Amino acid sequence: MTPFTYERAADAAAAAKAVAERPDAAFIAGGTNLVDLMKLGVARPKHLVDVSRLKLDAIDETEDGGLVVGAQVKNSALAADARVRRAYPLLSRALLAGASGQLRNAASTGGNLLQRTRCPYFTNTATPCNKRTPGSGCSALGGFNRIHAVLGASDACIATHPSDMAVAMTALDAQVRTVTGDGATREIPVSELYRDPAQGPDADTVLAHGELITAVRLPPPPPGRQVYRKVRDRASYAFALVSVAAVVDARDGQVLGGRLALGGVAHKPWRVAEAEQALSAESRPEASFDAAADAALKGARGYGANDFKIDLAKRTIRRTLADAAGLSS
Amino acid sequence: MMPETEFLRLSRREVLEASVAAAALGVCAPAAAAAPDALPASAPSVHASEVRFIVNGTPQTLSLDPRTTLLDALREHLHLTGSKKGCDHGQCGACTVMVGGQRINSCLTLAVMHAGDEVTTIEGLAAEADLHPMQAAFLRHDGFQCGYCTPGQICSSVAMLKEVEAGWPSHVTEDLGIAIDLTDAEIRERMSGNLCRCAAYPNIVAAIRDASEGGAL
Amino acid sequence: MALDISANPIGQPVDRVDGRLKVTGGAPYAYEHRLERAPAYGVIVPATIAKGRVRAIDATAAEAAPGVLLVMTHRNAPKQPAFGPPRASARFARARPYLGDDRVRHWGEPVAFVVADTFEAARAAAALVTVEYQAETPVLGLERHLKAAYAPETINVGMKTDTSEGDFEAAFAAGPVTVDATYHVAQQHHMALEPHAAIASWEGDEVTVRTSTQNVANTRKALAATLEIPLEKVRIVSPYVGGGFGGKLGMRAEVVLAAFGARTLKRPVKVAQSRQQVFSNVGHRPEAIQRVRLSATRDGKLTGVSHEVWMQSSPIEEFAEQTASSTRALYGAPSILTRHRLVNLDMQGGEPVRAPGEAPGLLALESAVDELAHKLGLDPVEMRILNDTQTDPEKKVPFSSRKLVECLREGAARFGWSDRPKAPRERRDGPTLIGYGVAAAIRPNYLGPCAATVRVAEDRTVRVRTDMTDIGTGTYTILAQVAAEELGVPLHAVTVELGDSRFPVSPGSGGSWGAASSASAVLDAARKVKAEMARTDEARVFEATGSVKGMRETQSYKDYSQYCFGAHFAEVAVDEDTGEIRLRRMLGAFAAGRILNAKTARSQMIGGMIWGVSSALFEEAVVDPRFGHVVNGDLGEYHVAAHADVPNVDAFFIEEHDDKANPLGAKGVGELGICGAGAAVANAVFNATGVRVREFPITLDKVLVG
Repeated sequence: MTPFTYERAADAAAAAKAVAERPDAAFIAGGTNLVDLMKLGVARPKHLVDVSRLKLDAIDETEDGGLVVGAQVKNSALAADARVRRAYPLLSRALLAGASGQLRNAASTGGNLLQRTRCPYFTNTATPCNKRTPGSGCSALGGFNRIHAVLGASDACIATHPSDMAVAMTALDAQVRTVTGDGATREIPVSELYRDPAQGPDADTVLAHGELITAVRLPPPPPGRQVYRKVRDRASYAFALVSVAAVVDARDGQVLGGRLALGGVAHKPWRVAEAEQALSAESRPEASFDAAADAALKGARGYGANDFKIDLAKRTIRRTLADAAGLSS
Repeated sequence: MMPETEFLRLSRREVLEASVAAAALGVCAPAAAAAPDALPASAPSVHASEVRFIVNGTPQTLSLDPRTTLLDALREHLHLTGSKKGCDHGQCGACTVMVGGQRINSCLTLAVMHAGDEVTTIEGLAAEADLHPMQAAFLRHDGFQCGYCTPGQICSSVAMLKEVEAGWPSHVTEDLGIAIDLTDAEIRERMSGNLCRCAAYPNIVAAIRDASEGGAL
Repeated sequence: MALDISANPIGQPVDRVDGRLKVTGGAPYAYEHRLERAPAYGVIVPATIAKGRVRAIDATAAEAAPGVLLVMTHRNAPKQPAFGPPRASARFARARPYLGDDRVRHWGEPVAFVVADTFEAARAAAALVTVEYQAETPVLGLERHLKAAYAPETINVGMKTDTSEGDFEAAFAAGPVTVDATYHVAQQHHMALEPHAAIASWEGDEVTVRTSTQNVANTRKALAATLEIPLEKVRIVSPYVGGGFGGKLGMRAEVVLAAFGARTLKRPVKVAQSRQQVFSNVGHRPEAIQRVRLSATRDGKLTGVSHEVWMQSSPIEEFAEQTASSTRALYGAPSILTRHRLVNLDMQGGEPVRAPGEAPGLLALESAVDELAHKLGLDPVEMRILNDTQTDPEKKVPFSSRKLVECLREGAARFGWSDRPKAPRERRDGPTLIGYGVAAAIRPNYLGPCAATVRVAEDRTVRVRTDMTDIGTGTYTILAQVAAEELGVPLHAVTVELGDSRFPVSPGSGGSWGAASSASAVLDAARKVKAEMARTDEARVFEATGSVKGMRETQSYKDYSQYCFGAHFAEVAVDEDTGEIRLRRMLGAFAAGRILNAKTARSQMIGGMIWGVSSALFEEAVVDPRFGHVVNGDLGEYHVAAHADVPNVDAFFIEEHDDKANPLGAKGVGELGICGAGAAVANAVFNATGVRVREFPITLDKVLVG
């Protein structure tokens, strides 16, 4: 771990300013990802700005019936919040499917969105990785890529984003609120937070250096039943091979509409408009689910060890949609 | 064998002579690199940050390198070695302690971030001579073998039961809207952040069930 | 002088005598011993190529970094004896040089060692050491180098490399029913939760190393040989070991480098391997390809069994797992052929991992037997019973005890085997397919030469000493039970002191011989003390050293074939959509002689069974042939079973007392539980899905493809 100086920020704007002013500075919140990467030598900030005690730990209701979740709300608190459990069970489920009790108690909402890939070539400083060291090459191409992307990848990087929470938030049309070093604020859809790896995989998100996530806004929940399904090797405490966030509005055996987002398959939560349109396209729900699965995986490409994800994702989509529609056999 | 001092001197020179300018792997920040423009809240040198917190009910003041994790502060500075380092990356749970009553991986958090916090480790669970009911249950049910993951399992389980009491759901909770029924499946899911390579899992679950039913927690 | 006779504690399910220390966090493991002088902290710098030479090392930045006391490389490391040939009779006692030359023999081999005032400073400085390599093209990939396979002189434990009873090829050609299946078992790692660690301190020319070892005497010999100092100058202390599983049988880099660092700096030095380093510096269960061929009559009687194994080894140090050895004794076929071949790859060598050979070998053999039973339409329990034998087919001597049939029958009854789905895909529960599986367990019973002292003080308290270790097996407890029973004192009057090379020499923890060997020595010592006490009325201190001879010097190990047996029953659920496999319940029935502590022995069994589950479903270290490293080398991606993977797993023992084994009639239980356990799970997956996955671990993608 490279030596660094440490400060505890007084408020969000000051924190953003402190990081923005130094190219080698970084925010630290829960630390569960950053400290990990600092020990590995992957992250080497020389100055840490602690935002974990900023008063960004409330969950407030919005006038339109949604919620605003402070960036420092812990994953466990967000999952357990009665309003979230009632109106956004998808989000609770996604959070509870992630990590462990200990990690969820430390990990923050903002930090979860910004966690970096678990690609083992990224976390090993001895192997080439374009995300870690631009231009050095992608070791996962032609390497062990069982956990890697089948959608949206580029020859520069086939890493996946590991978050479960972000998958649910994407399906829920969540908006990320930020503040920059000069005090400007903005709102970005979670679906537009992550950068296409073809544009250079070293930067995961569109956030500027020093831009701090202050909150995530959840619009009122969409109609329908919400189901999060995570497929993984171990029954718990493992990242997703594939995960599916589904919202299906079904009445009397007819699907009226819904939402669909995938995790574990791309550099970001994968959401395809055509797949959602397909949900209600056919009179027979099963046929709609098949069409949605095919549309969601359109253009998917395996890299060897992860070829299985394409079929697995389709199977999991069909099943999860059926579960959400209350049509499981 | 040559005298130690000469050995050191010689070896050092040899190394220097043999040095080849290779691409630097890492960049070492000199101590003087502390940002002059950092906020007044805290801008310590890389060498020592004073941290005050309460560990097992006792106020402690430590002078720490900011890089020191909470786990290493406990183990190497306070000599509370009950909290274990199994992986140092939040992947095994052996380092589990309670901060403000909540369980976390002490290996993935910096000690300097815990100024003012109340930390409880395995050493602080029991009153003087008695065992905490969870410790006694682990002993009775043989909820461990080598014992290395054990303090983490115990701290985790004590805090986990408080989470259940608070009504926190888990991945296996069937209905998010009703009170938690602490089934064995619930215990297993909630304890999955604590690996036990000896695989004492069935006995650990039995111990936690026993302790939870004893109501002494 | 008489002692009061109290209850007979041997066999009782008493709580661990070291349990209180462990549940309070008070038991000091290797890195945790406190010395008078504050230690300096050492961090190992690993090689990042698989093969080649260190052309240059630049330690300038590391040496200049704050707090750094020493940077050691091959250029300034003390001279050490060469490691020598890949085969050595004293595998664990030989010199093991580190930083001895500029060669890199495998990824992760230490190339530098940094010592600083703090761990943080040492770790940061380690990252500043830049190494320039002259890399050579490594030989990597088992399958692509099978042509280079060779036959080792012997396999582990000195067993024969190849055996052939009867004419297997003729039997196989004659059929009438045959199975010919090739299985693949991935490289697997011990992953004891306590990483390898050591604290070294010198007093003059004597060194004490507090470390985490299964075998104190071997570590002492290996360190003395490496440092080239007399054995008496080395003390090894290892009272608590946070898991071993074979990974701590021998001395490793942290011990040697801590000793060098402490000698150079005249200050204690402590070193722990990082979790990532443990993947490349302590050995592993080598990847293996196993071909099993079976032939049988139509009513299920085996006529031929063949088990051929090709596995990874290393040109540095040879290790041949005895993978097909169980096949030599499990079933009474008239023809049995076994063969072991090694392929040298530029990696660290293999190492014993819990039940070396037996565990991976039974994964294959007991899967194949299930394939045969399915082909024949027979109950796999009954087919195993049909092929039982009371004479060892290889050694041609009777088994000292063999209750395999009893284990199968009693286990089947308690598990509810008769209710099993008879055909694959027959039973469903919601979206999952339900399957049952069975497999046999067999593991040799060993006895190692062991000594122990028993001392009775004037106040009638008893002290037991041996350099034996307790790696979680329960040694402290069973030795207290044996001494208490023989001397007729309450358990709490006995103190057991272990893991110090100042104590009498034991064979250590390994091969499941620890309990029988050390308990026999303690029994002998206690008997001697008792005899002496009976001769006098004096109230004084009595002390005696007892011992037991090893199996090689014990006639009953020549006259009888000694094994432990068992049967595993597993039920799994496989999600039909996703292929996810989840264990539902598992029961093991075991016969392992006299059980010294019903509680700790059961814990050993269920721990072993879960290891079997974990190896069958999760564990695979993937080596990247371009680099030579374990890609998924941490506990986040190298999956071992977690709580949620382990529902109802239970074990019980069939009553047995093996008077051929040792004076106590006890046998080893530490490795029996894993033997066959994974195959029971694999067979249950087949019963559930109709898909036979022959590549372990059985992950969901393989089930879906099938």
